Amino acid sequence: MRILATLRLALRALRRNKMRSVLTMLGIIIGVGSVIAAVSITTGATKQVEDKVASLGQNVISVFSGSFTGGGMRGGWGSSPTLTVDDALAIALVPGVEAVSPEVRDRNQILANGLNWNTQVMGESPDYPQIRNWNMASGSMFAEADVRSVAKVAVIGRTVADQLFPDSDPVGQTLRIRDIPFKIVGVLEAKGFNLFGQDQDDTVVIPYTSHMKRVSRRTFVNSILVQASSPEAITKVQQAITDTLTPRHRSVEPDFTVRTQLELAQAMTATAKVMSILLGAIASVSLIVGGIGIMNIMLVSVTERTREIGIRMAVGARGGDILVQFLVEAVTLSLIGGLIGIGLGMGASRIVSALTDWPTLTPVWWIVVASLSSGLVGIFSGFYPAWKASQLDPIEALRYE
Amino acid sequence: MQPNPVIQLVELTKTYHTGEVDVHAVRGVSLQVLPGEFVAVMGASGSGKSTLMNTIGCLDRPTGGSYRLDGIDVATLNRDALAEIRNEKIGFIFQGFNLLARTSALENVEMPMLYNHRRIPAQEQRERARQALELVGLGARTDHHPSQLSGGQQQRVAIARALVNRPALLLADEPTGNLDSQTSIEIMGVFQKLNAVGITIIMVTHELDVARFTKRRIVLRDGKILTDEAVEPRSIAETELQRLREEQQAVKLA
Ligand SMILES: Nc1ncnc2c1ncn2[C@@H]1O[C@H](COP(=O)(O)OP(=O)(O)OP(=O)(O)O)[C@@H](O)[C@H]1O
Ligand SMILES: [Mg+2]
Repeated sequence: MRILATLRLALRALRRNKMRSVLTMLGIIIGVGSVIAAVSITTGATKQVEDKVASLGQNVISVFSGSFTGGGMRGGWGSSPTLTVDDALAIALVPGVEAVSPEVRDRNQILANGLNWNTQVMGESPDYPQIRNWNMASGSMFAEADVRSVAKVAVIGRTVADQLFPDSDPVGQTLRIRDIPFKIVGVLEAKGFNLFGQDQDDTVVIPYTSHMKRVSRRTFVNSILVQASSPEAITKVQQAITDTLTPRHRSVEPDFTVRTQLELAQAMTATAKVMSILLGAIASVSLIVGGIGIMNIMLVSVTERTREIGIRMAVGARGGDILVQFLVEAVTLSLIGGLIGIGLGMGASRIVSALTDWPTLTPVWWIVVASLSSGLVGIFSGFYPAWKASQLDPIEALRYE
Repeated sequence: MQPNPVIQLVELTKTYHTGEVDVHAVRGVSLQVLPGEFVAVMGASGSGKSTLMNTIGCLDRPTGGSYRLDGIDVATLNRDALAEIRNEKIGFIFQGFNLLARTSALENVEMPMLYNHRRIPAQEQRERARQALELVGLGARTDHHPSQLSGGQQQRVAIARALVNRPALLLADEPTGNLDSQTSIEIMGVFQKLNAVGITIIMVTHELDVARFTKRRIVLRDGKILTDEAVEPRSIAETELQRLREEQQAVKLA
């Protein structure tokens, strides 16, 4: 029997019992709908986190002092100062390392142009913009010579520029950190908020030597920012850094941590992953429940239509024709339910997105998975009733009242 | 030389096992039907006519004896092969129509073509269904559901459905059971026309008048053949119809 004719038959049978068909589909609709909605919301959130991680820079490996586990990253920073500039210089010699920047940071009240502003002052190497994939809006980055000469030069972020120089070009002007005048040589492009919701543009970058000797008077650095030459090299470089630092830090417990951008992203999206697994579990349970509903109704339908089956067999329908007819009916039922569910789920997530400003995103492959699994549910739940129908004896089915 | 028989029954029996008592509906029927015959099967209610027809129609299997259809022993065929025979070789008209409810007359007639092993294009299906309905005198009202049709009209739809796959053998279980005499004669006219082009017909009927349109009359009693004789003289539907019209005319004029 042709599939198109069978499909028409199925649609007509379903239309005949509209209310029943809709109620039967409801299980699948609710299951698929809620999963698609939840997936859209978590995917949107995950995507946002991933974008933020990507904004950290390209092929970035971070070395922190102290050890951190999972979310303890922030507490670990600088809490036990162990990393030195020499460590950074040793890392620079590791093969596959493209650029290195020892990082020192603290907060300071800075003055300029008759205004003042509290901001993060960071000591970095001239490679910093390259590692962070961060371009200059105007002027230029300070040079290696400035690091060597402990120069009083600074590059400022967009926010600082806006706050201290609302109506003039900051490049060439002077700002004061702890009363020490620094000459502004460049302004960084706007980069927006980071993973922790901090404004990355609210910063002043000076040579790390200047920071350590003039501003914070520290001998240790908070962390070391490393750029690997390629995404493939990251893991090897990460290991090589550990191997380089270990003999330099002879303590019982490792007092430093080497983290790649990827690991950071994974740590940040771990919760979303757990959510996804949970959602998958809920989805399968609701699909099973929906499938049982379909099987139930199909069994009722086969019994109700015994006479119809008998008539069809009497004029020459084979068992296989009847099987296909009922199977197509079950699959149509669950597939339509699944598609309605996808539509409603996407609609619901868009509404949530509009009301709360959370970004939502429905991945295409989830739509494919949802459609396929609702189709599969139809096949599994429809098979037994359809098989039962196909095994009927024509003459007995005809006599059925 | 005699042509090979379409139907050859040898000591055919059918026993229903229902609960404690066995019902011997058919108890040893031997019968040959040649191509082009037009047979009436008569007998009292419960004499086994429907049971015999269902067996000949490959809807039911006999309990004993043998049944050869076109020389093939039906007992050797599986479910699918029987379905194919029902679809292509045999047109069956049921005692109670057995039309699909809530399905238009046209679609009821199209239905057997859906299961044809040759794929018939939808266009051709529609065309053939229309032709079959016209042949039985139901050109109009083909989009009505069975519940919207009279008994006679439903009977015509059932006949059209049996004819649509162009079977060589037509089996009819009381095709005129619910019809007035004029409609009965009209249906017999259709049967005689089909028989004239070579279709073999076996028909169950209660009415002697209707049996007169056939060529051979078999009477069953208690599941056995009582008599089997040629119909002489034979009624011709067209002349009967003509006479009936004249009689009606006379009644109106009077
Ligand atoms: N499915 C069945 N189960 C049990 N007994 C049956 C069954 N079908 C028919 N019978 C019995 O078999 C016998 C023959 O029945 P059948 O229907 O063949 O009679 P019939 O000649 O067609 O009668 P009618 O003229 O009333 O249609 C009857 O005694 C009937 O009770
Ligand atoms: Mg009968």
